[in-house]
Amino acid sequence: MTSAAIEIDGLTKDYALGFWRKRLRRSLDNLSLRVEDGEIFGFLGPNGAGKTTTLKLLMGLIFPTAGTARIRGKSIDDVDMHREIGFLPEQPYFYDYLTARELLDYYARFFGFASADRRERVARFLERVGLTAAADIQLRKFSKGMLQRAGIAQAILHDPKVVFLDEPMSGLDPIGRREVRDIILDLKNQGCTVFFSTHILSDAEMLCDRVAVLVDGKLQGVGAPGEIVSMDVSAMEILFELKEGCVLPQDLALATKKTGAHYRAEVPEAQLYATLEKLRGCDARILSVQPVRPSLEEYFLRMVNREKAASHAVEVLAR
Amino acid sequence: MSAMPGVVAVNTFREAVRDRVLYNLVFFALMMIGAAILVGQISIGIDRLVIVNLGLSAISAFGLVMAIFIGVGLIYKEMEKRTLYSLLSKPIRRWQFIVGKYAGLLLTLFVNTCLMTIGVAAALFYVSHAFERSDVYILVAVYFILLKLAIVTALTLFFSCFSTPMLSTLFTIGIYLAGMFSTDFLNIGMVTQNPAVKAITRVLYYVLPNFHNFDVIGQASHGFAIPPQLIAQNTLYALLYSAILLVGAAAVFSGRNLK
Repeated sequence: MTSAAIEIDGLTKDYALGFWRKRLRRSLDNLSLRVEDGEIFGFLGPNGAGKTTTLKLLMGLIFPTAGTARIRGKSIDDVDMHREIGFLPEQPYFYDYLTARELLDYYARFFGFASADRRERVARFLERVGLTAAADIQLRKFSKGMLQRAGIAQAILHDPKVVFLDEPMSGLDPIGRREVRDIILDLKNQGCTVFFSTHILSDAEMLCDRVAVLVDGKLQGVGAPGEIVSMDVSAMEILFELKEGCVLPQDLALATKKTGAHYRAEVPEAQLYATLEKLRGCDARILSVQPVRPSLEEYFLRMVNREKAASHAVEVLAR
Repeated sequence: MSAMPGVVAVNTFREAVRDRVLYNLVFFALMMIGAAILVGQISIGIDRLVIVNLGLSAISAFGLVMAIFIGVGLIYKEMEKRTLYSLLSKPIRRWQFIVGKYAGLLLTLFVNTCLMTIGVAAALFYVSHAFERSDVYILVAVYFILLKLAIVTALTLFFSCFSTPMLSTLFTIGIYLAGMFSTDFLNIGMVTQNPAVKAITRVLYYVLPNFHNFDVIGQASHGFAIPPQLIAQNTLYALLYSAILLVGAAAVFSGRNLK
């Protein structure tokens, strides 16, 4: 077993609400996760699911109500751990009055790089994120996409071992998104662990070794994108041929589509054997039977709806 | 590790300069030039007194305005614009950030005060064509203004760690005004017979910053000597009071959840 880059154990965050701060809203509920060294890990969830809360807890920007987390074996309370990590906040905003070059130089100083090293590093990373031409322009004149690029550069400037990216594709055009995907893959090739939150599922499917789905602060599932959806087989697909003149029972005909000479029936898993019996009765020739696996998007939407239905049920019961 | 506050301080200073905060110096320079010319024409014998009084009072007022209005936004702005998110993901402790911000604003105030002092010296030279030995007390008065600004900056930073800029401004101005009259609290306690009032006024006297001792503008403008004991006492007092406020600010900020 490889060593864990990130270990999260029962992380919980409640926010106090109201004037007297007596009402509590749980933003993250008992999250436990383990991200292996060198993985690209996608953290999926709709807006308000608790993704940013998790990242802020890991960065020490807010403090947990309960639970702990370790990054490369060091507690998240240990500021020295920050030497080994990089972080891109969601919709990053930087000092207006600095140029991109000055911004990176400023951040590089916290890692104690010598002056010449800083200069070389800053130039290299500006080039890597495509900001060389805009290096000496003040950030107040930057577009959202350019700020995102500057944000990525500051996150990876010091060659971190673990990089946290909060919605890294947000605000980027298709070219920018592709460049960020390339950067993430480059980081992985260099042995870096990448933990990124997103609600763009195609990016997660394309990039991630594993993903976790978070809804309403609760973890719904963790696994490889293919694996996570296969845990949730929604239906069975039966491919068959019918002899000339054979007619399907009406209920089965409704669930069947004809493509060329083949028929395709999609039935709930529980009705598989009964359907096969009916097909045998029609003298059908079964070509294949296979589970229908939802896409990551379908899985994601189902998880969100399931959680919403559960919380609605709790509200109704409470009334 | 010790370099971290320095990195933040330089950036804070750079922000102030690029935000054109030091533009107030242009206004100050124009005011001093105008005053010197005017005073040279209308006052007989007291032109030095007027220039020094006006100059030192303006240095103090400009400094206070800068310390309060920049100070209250120092932390709040970083939180509101979320520039702190990237910064605190670097290996910097929260107390180092607070100390850096404080040092950066102090550096800005120091540069501002030095340049204004040069302006006063120029105006003084314009009206009397020479410097006197007692003019050294003007520098002592400027030094006291800087000490006072160090306390005010620490106060604004402390309040801005847990309240909005508007409230921080009100709190700081309130405490500054109360601090100007802190010795009066002690006097009230002496004349009253009520033990509760006595106790409260005594506590207020010791807890509120005593800004009265830092005001030697009158003495400096008259060329009166300022005792070295007062210089030592004020230096120690400002250092101690600012340090306590900074420790408080760091403690509050270190436990704060960033929204």
